[in-house]
Amino acid sequence: MTGPSLAVWKFASCDGCQLSILDCEDELLAIAGRVNIANFLEATRTVQPGPYDVSLVEGSITTPEDAERIHRVRELSTYLVTIGACATSGGVQALRNFADVEEFRSAVYARPEYISTLSTSTPIAAHVDVDYELHGCPIDRYQLLELISALLVGRKPNISSHSVCFECKQRGNVCVTVAYGTPCLGPVTHAGCGALCPSHNRGCYGCFGPMETPNAAAQVGLLRAGGLSEADVTRVFRTFNTAAPAFVELSRIGVGPPPAAGPGDLPAAPPPTAAHPSHHAETA
Amino acid sequence: MTHKSDRTLDVRALARVEGEGAMHVRVRGDTVEDVRLEIYEPPRFFEAFLRGRRHTEPPDITARICGICPVAYQMSAIAAIEDACGVTVGGPIADLRRLLYCGEWIESHVLHIYLLHAPDFLGYPSAIDLAKDRADLVERGLALKRTGNEILEAVGGRAIHPINVRVGGFYRAPTRAELAPLAENLRRALDWAYQTVQWAAGFEFPDFTHDHEMLALVLPDRYAIERGSVSTTGGLRFPTADFENHVIEEHVEHSTALHARLAGRGRYLTGPAARYTLSSHLLSPVAKQAAAEAGLGEDCRNPYRSILVRAVEVVYAVDEALRLIDAYEPPDRPYVDVPPREGTGYGATEAPRGTLFHRYALDQEGLIVSARIVPPTSQNQASIEDDLRKFVQARLDLDDEALTWRCEQAIRNYDPCISCSTHFLTLDIDRG
Repeated sequence: MTGPSLAVWKFASCDGCQLSILDCEDELLAIAGRVNIANFLEATRTVQPGPYDVSLVEGSITTPEDAERIHRVRELSTYLVTIGACATSGGVQALRNFADVEEFRSAVYARPEYISTLSTSTPIAAHVDVDYELHGCPIDRYQLLELISALLVGRKPNISSHSVCFECKQRGNVCVTVAYGTPCLGPVTHAGCGALCPSHNRGCYGCFGPMETPNAAAQVGLLRAGGLSEADVTRVFRTFNTAAPAFVELSRIGVGPPPAAGPGDLPAAPPPTAAHPSHHAETA
Repeated sequence: MTHKSDRTLDVRALARVEGEGAMHVRVRGDTVEDVRLEIYEPPRFFEAFLRGRRHTEPPDITARICGICPVAYQMSAIAAIEDACGVTVGGPIADLRRLLYCGEWIESHVLHIYLLHAPDFLGYPSAIDLAKDRADLVERGLALKRTGNEILEAVGGRAIHPINVRVGGFYRAPTRAELAPLAENLRRALDWAYQTVQWAAGFEFPDFTHDHEMLALVLPDRYAIERGSVSTTGGLRFPTADFENHVIEEHVEHSTALHARLAGRGRYLTGPAARYTLSSHLLSPVAKQAAAEAGLGEDCRNPYRSILVRAVEVVYAVDEALRLIDAYEPPDRPYVDVPPREGTGYGATEAPRGTLFHRYALDQEGLIVSARIVPPTSQNQASIEDDLRKFVQARLDLDDEALTWRCEQAIRNYDPCISCSTHFLTLDIDRG
């Protein structure tokens, strides 16, 4: 097999992001023709030894063994790319970072002493240098194809870093917050999904994690004005990108009085309709 | 002192399964002493961090337990929460849920048949290697798989972790015009699905049968997918709410998944073969015809032939999706209100890999007080180990490499989803 070598690695995760590779039904065999798939356990029992030109890393670090293993992956890889919310910002399993993991262990397992785990779930970048990050829970497969294509020809991947709000404008969506008062995390959330939730009459729930420079105070003000309680605001930022620093900050702003930069320009919500119901805590 | 025929087989990281697991086999002389499926998927503590979340949140949160079958998690969560809140959802919303679930059965089963399981029968390390010789076969599988993903995207908004699902129904109901192109693709897919059954029927199946009790949801009038009551081949019948009275989970040292057994009865098996054995009379005519042509009888007790059952279920899911789309009229409102109330609710649905049970207790504001999730793979683990013990014992004449591959294949028979070990495998054969 010729072509650059590709390895896919799994840490604590749901397998959804590496499934995105197998979900490229129209492109999978073409990729396999250009890239030497050297280590991808979910797809093949053939494992070639490294080093590898590109490693795609799924999942977060939650065990002492994995904290060691990621260093070996880094040593074997020219480019290390994290794929998805777990690898990029800790994943939903990082909810333990705000809790007592001993209590979690006892709550789920009859014999907690059999379970070895760290008290935190941390992104890959907390342990080793990362060359590219793909956001999303799950990643968007077209962003993955763009990244693989770019690395194949040696150019920089063209991955947007703006917010989901831009994608709503590109799709011609009516703003669900302005028009219907629906709480939406679009203003602070990294682009990539194509504004899926607002296109389904739903507020964005932030599964692509924070954009580069979110306006935290204004976002929290919008949510509170939309009827979310402090606890609700904390919850909406503590989902699939729980350990992303910007979302940690946003989840804490939610605790306390509404910030001064609250929205004074929100129009009143229209009466609920069948197609566009006004609702509260829908992002929750 | 070590006997020269003592040996150990070690598969430290099983390939072509979802999630991370290992297998350890210890052989002493002519006897298999120990077989262990090790699940080292790191624990993620879903049942612990669901506490304190709103009753509207489990569909999105529990979807993240498994990227291969998120709809199963969403549907079992919703069934349990609606049960806790005393809400019953019927009509077109219920039909849309079944349609969405058909999409996941197609996507997940075809992934397993073509990309994970068939290469074992044909002697290839992967479907990508198979494609070098038979691109037409792999392309047919990928096209069929895409049909499932198209349903997931049209109804659920996204193939992995659908965003359009909510407690009470959907955020937005698709129009008839949006579903029409799906029907066109599904009519082609029905041929591909039928050809898949015929193709798999030509595989060589090792002679092996098990005597496990088999458990699945059943319905009186249709093949159970998104709802049903629990039934077993041993004649046990009970409603979903009684699941925890009958299914006992034990924590064993080598696994982050809990082992389940039936109280007073022992190990059991859930999944496609269980569903087929209990409900094959309810398959649609074309699915029955495919099953008959493939030589499947009234039950399926050879785990290697589970690939045939999966292929027949794909025929059924494609056929059923066509029926649902043809009959579809959008609901007046895409969801019903589900106001929270204090109480406990139980939900079970048929994930591609078997029965998936959820239970939630809510307080009066709808905050989750406790959560319990019993995924299919932990229910099957004891039966898989038992099968492996018998399988290896009968094949000790094989060398380590051949035996290891055959064991891996035996494990893949069950399409174990290790990521789903909310609370799974490396092969290790120890011959001393």
